[in-house]
Amino acid sequence: MAEKFKEVAQVISQESLGGQIYSMWIQTEQIAAAAKPGQFVSVYSKNQAKLLPRPISLCEIDREHGRLRIVYRVTGAGTGTEEFSTYQAGDSIELLGPLGNGFPVERAEGKRVFLIGGGIGIPPMVQLAKALGGTATAIMGYRNADTFLEQELSAHATLYIATEDGSLGTKGNVIDCIKENDLKADVLFACGPTPMLRALKAYAKETGIECWISMEERMACGIGACLACVCKSTEVDAHSQVKNKRVCKEGPVFLADDVEL
Amino acid sequence: MADMSVNIAGVTLKNPVMTASGTFGSGMEYSEFVDLSRLGAVVTKGVANVPWPGNPTPRVAEIRSGMMNAIGLQNPGIDLFCKRDIPFLKQYDTKIIVNVCGHTTEEYCETVDRLAQEPVDMLEINISCPNVKCGGISFGQDPKAVEAITAEIKRHAAQPVIMKLSPNVTDITEIAKAAEAGGADALSMINTLTGMKIDIHRQTFAIANKTGGVSGPAVHPIAVRMVYQTAQAVHIPIIGMGGIQNAEDAIEFLLAGATAVAVGTANFRNPMTTVEVIDGIADYMKAHQVEKVTDLIGAVH
Repeated sequence: MAEKFKEVAQVISQESLGGQIYSMWIQTEQIAAAAKPGQFVSVYSKNQAKLLPRPISLCEIDREHGRLRIVYRVTGAGTGTEEFSTYQAGDSIELLGPLGNGFPVERAEGKRVFLIGGGIGIPPMVQLAKALGGTATAIMGYRNADTFLEQELSAHATLYIATEDGSLGTKGNVIDCIKENDLKADVLFACGPTPMLRALKAYAKETGIECWISMEERMACGIGACLACVCKSTEVDAHSQVKNKRVCKEGPVFLADDVEL
Repeated sequence: MADMSVNIAGVTLKNPVMTASGTFGSGMEYSEFVDLSRLGAVVTKGVANVPWPGNPTPRVAEIRSGMMNAIGLQNPGIDLFCKRDIPFLKQYDTKIIVNVCGHTTEEYCETVDRLAQEPVDMLEINISCPNVKCGGISFGQDPKAVEAITAEIKRHAAQPVIMKLSPNVTDITEIAKAAEAGGADALSMINTLTGMKIDIHRQTFAIANKTGGVSGPAVHPIAVRMVYQTAQAVHIPIIGMGGIQNAEDAIEFLLAGATAVAVGTANFRNPMTTVEVIDGIADYMKAHQVEKVTDLIGAVH
């Protein structure tokens, strides 16, 4: 059984990446050493009235030094994520993790790989790119030229960019970008908004690419007990005995063919 | 060491702290954080005669000092439950209370019959889920229906029967008395309060089911009041629950007349809440020179 830890960790640094996107490096005791790309942590507000943890994906994992990086979007005034964005070096931060299954990195061995991220689905692709040793092709979709994590991604993958307004890279979405640059792959890993994942599932089917997607759903416990964060599965799930899988436990990463979008 | 044991319908619990159904699965996930053998009992998530898929998502939303859920009683059905969940819990030195749900009296009774042969200590009957269309709360809001289903389940049950009551009624003591008249051995109260949250940015309901059950610290005073009122009205033991986050919250229930307590939503914020509540009650007993936890039951009236 994968090990999970509840920790009061310490913030190492916090910076704004522009827009409402923030980046935080965190010193952990045990979580980082156990973490894999594609996993997430539950982050707890210091405000006791905000009861539920916020699930946030891991952007970078420094196992050796026990450090984690989360890159997250502040979702509005008075939110838990806004509170997190005010934390400074030396502040404490309560975490539970690592949670979820993570990307099956072994499926990439000897294959041509696409890493595809859209919006706030981009951060987990950084650690995955590092884990793949810089061999992958990354295709990232942004709203406009206000990109984030561009430097990290280009350092660890061959980076292509699509923007909705065409201000940088391909004008359009990530599939437009793949077509425009005539890119090819055998397996793809993706994280982003559901319409993007849906389109990628169809595209992968059409072109014969093995497609792994990271899903998102409202969570409560984060560890598989409460059954809040289920997604629809194509077959009856062994644990639930119905066509439901737990995003926090069986996921968040699924083979696209195994889930309904 | 102080005596923390309590007795419910002939079953002795090592301490009065259990888990609230639906927040703890069958303990598997939380066993990574909590030694289940320390708990008075584990109350499982509701199980039905066949697997239920539950409601569409989103199924949960946060509110100030609480949350709402409409999971819709997703469960794997009694067959897998008996094969997987009960043997898992049997590894631990704790009492097993299986929560049973159904759409019809027959469905409840089928599951209750099936559990008769299983090493289960008690049954908790969910007649109070606000998030399913038939069954659940539809049995729990009318005293006559409560008495009838309680009596029918008692005819089938091999174990003591705890009826779990809904707070979504005008007078909970009427419902409690009906359950007692039907032969209930104990009462669990309260289930969640029906609520609604609207997402003003997307201009839609925060939960796909439109309404959901409110739980967490926000409901605690309501639950304490209902336990107190019911303790004056019935002679059977009450398991108090609703918003317990710490030992103080739990002790309020005991003083109001509950024989035991259950920790629910707080597990989501702190997976170790149950054991912290047990330790906190022990500390309180020491500080107040209470020898037996049963001396606290209903001490405030």
